Amino acid sequence: MTTIDTFSEGRKLRRATSGTPRTLTEGTLTEDKPQDWQQASQNPPKGAADGAQAKGGKPAGLHTISRGAWLPYLVPVGLVLVWQILSSTGLISDRIMPSPVAVLAAFWERLLSGELGRDVAVSGARALSGLLIGGSIGFLLGIANGVSKLSEQLTDTTLQMLRTIPHLAMIPLVILWFGIGEEAKLFLTSLGVLFPIYLNTYHGVKNVDRDLVEMGRIYGMSNWSLFRKVIFPGALPSIFVGLRYALGIMWLTLIVSEAIAANSGIGYMANTAREFMMTDVVVLALVIYAVLGKLADVVARALERWALSWNAAYQA
Amino acid sequence: MPVSSYLLPSAMVWDAFELQERAYFPDGTEVRPIAEPPVLPKAPAGLRLRGVEKAFGDNRVLRGIDLDVPAGQFVAIVGKSGCGKSTLLRLLVGLDEPTGGEIDFIDDGGDRVAPDARIVFQEPRLLPWFSVADNVAVGLGDGVPKAFARREAELVLDEVQLSEKAREWPAKLSGGQRQRVALARALVSRPGLLALDEPLGALDALTRISMQQLLTRVWRELGFTAVLVTHDVTEAVHLADRVIVLDEGEVKLDLAVPRPHPRHHGDPELALLEGQLLAAILGES
Repeated sequence: MTTIDTFSEGRKLRRATSGTPRTLTEGTLTEDKPQDWQQASQNPPKGAADGAQAKGGKPAGLHTISRGAWLPYLVPVGLVLVWQILSSTGLISDRIMPSPVAVLAAFWERLLSGELGRDVAVSGARALSGLLIGGSIGFLLGIANGVSKLSEQLTDTTLQMLRTIPHLAMIPLVILWFGIGEEAKLFLTSLGVLFPIYLNTYHGVKNVDRDLVEMGRIYGMSNWSLFRKVIFPGALPSIFVGLRYALGIMWLTLIVSEAIAANSGIGYMANTAREFMMTDVVVLALVIYAVLGKLADVVARALERWALSWNAAYQA
Repeated sequence: MPVSSYLLPSAMVWDAFELQERAYFPDGTEVRPIAEPPVLPKAPAGLRLRGVEKAFGDNRVLRGIDLDVPAGQFVAIVGKSGCGKSTLLRLLVGLDEPTGGEIDFIDDGGDRVAPDARIVFQEPRLLPWFSVADNVAVGLGDGVPKAFARREAELVLDEVQLSEKAREWPAKLSGGQRQRVALARALVSRPGLLALDEPLGALDALTRISMQQLLTRVWRELGFTAVLVTHDVTEAVHLADRVIVLDEGEVKLDLAVPRPHPRHHGDPELALLEGQLLAAILGES
């Protein structure tokens, strides 16, 4: 058996040349058992070269990527074209639905006057501060209730009860409390995003692999270290689901609250336009909401891909 | 355990100093010289168990275990499912408290020392969001300087022949490789005792043989005490100096395996011992 000889040789080698431990490991690699990892450790340069080659010449892959890039936009662009044709031929009245070109014109006009930039900035700031406040509260409660039994018993039932109330149903009460100022919008948006973030964070923490937590304890991790290295990364995929869900609710809440009472923002712009029968601006507001919503989702997904790059499901 | 085997860890310590000058990882991360001393090789820790009992409610899993394991020995514990072997191992590494009796860690001279044990489970339990090297560094505990942790991780990964994978995610490794990372993580702090809870149970037959060779080599080089729980009698006689058969929470047989390491499969004397053990486990006389 070759194993015995190579084994003892390896040991002698290690003793004699302690300065170069790398060569010693070869001693135990037996030729008659070609394990995949032994192969790998013996010829890493060959494997690397193969990988580089595969990356260099891939015409087939390039082709599919370019098709994947334009295909999702085929349907929306087609719809806009049909819409423009229907408007131009007079089949749809301008007072019901403006043509895409009219919407574009409205966009350009408002962009130049600076109104659009100001309204988008105001709405964006409202949305983000609501997300930040409500999201933080939901996140902290989710972590606390996932980690601590006492905290869970104290607050989870209450939160589950509050969650079932549609937060938009609170608008009359919110107006009574805060009037129609910024606080009302901030409160509603925060309330809206709180629950999806709470639920998913809580769920994520609860579902962290118990074996990993036990492993962390065995290796003497402090509570903070256990949270930072095991619980938080383990809950992160679920937290991202909550975040993306919350982004949808965030825009929805903002649209509703801006439409009810505001003197700035995209919702205000749309509402004022309605009073003057400016359908092009109303449609413009819808388009902007769509673009902002998509943008938020793209950012969240990029963040997700970056943070979860260890997870095979998120690897590009 | 020959005294000469303690030489190796200290040789590795000197290597650690020499390694400071070169680029460490393929991505070009430099290792800066640091002030902290490397982890010093520690002496193996033996075990002394006196009347150890463990009960879960009315279920008495362990019924008074007396056992002496000299420092540096490789002991295998075998037995049927539910004989209490995994429970015993969890008590040894402090994962559970015994309901009776005493467990002491002892040094060469039989004096009590502080518990100093690590455990490897059947499943590797790696953090999927940490690289292989960072997973190994978990074994050093909190508050260790990063450069130092990386250097130690690299050394012990070299020991389990996984240096090339230091920067990979665990998800990219095979089952055997993951288990070697788990072994490296357990060994990076140079524990006096290594507990192995069916560490090769989930691996395929060929990988298992390579892992057995690796385990024997690492044990001989680093000189720790090893306690292996397994249901595989062949594995037990192949790896251990001594095999203990547990039956209904009691030591039924304590059998020495007086064959030199490394052993090869097909050794007729090992086969003889194997038959003896199987008979004891299955309850034949």
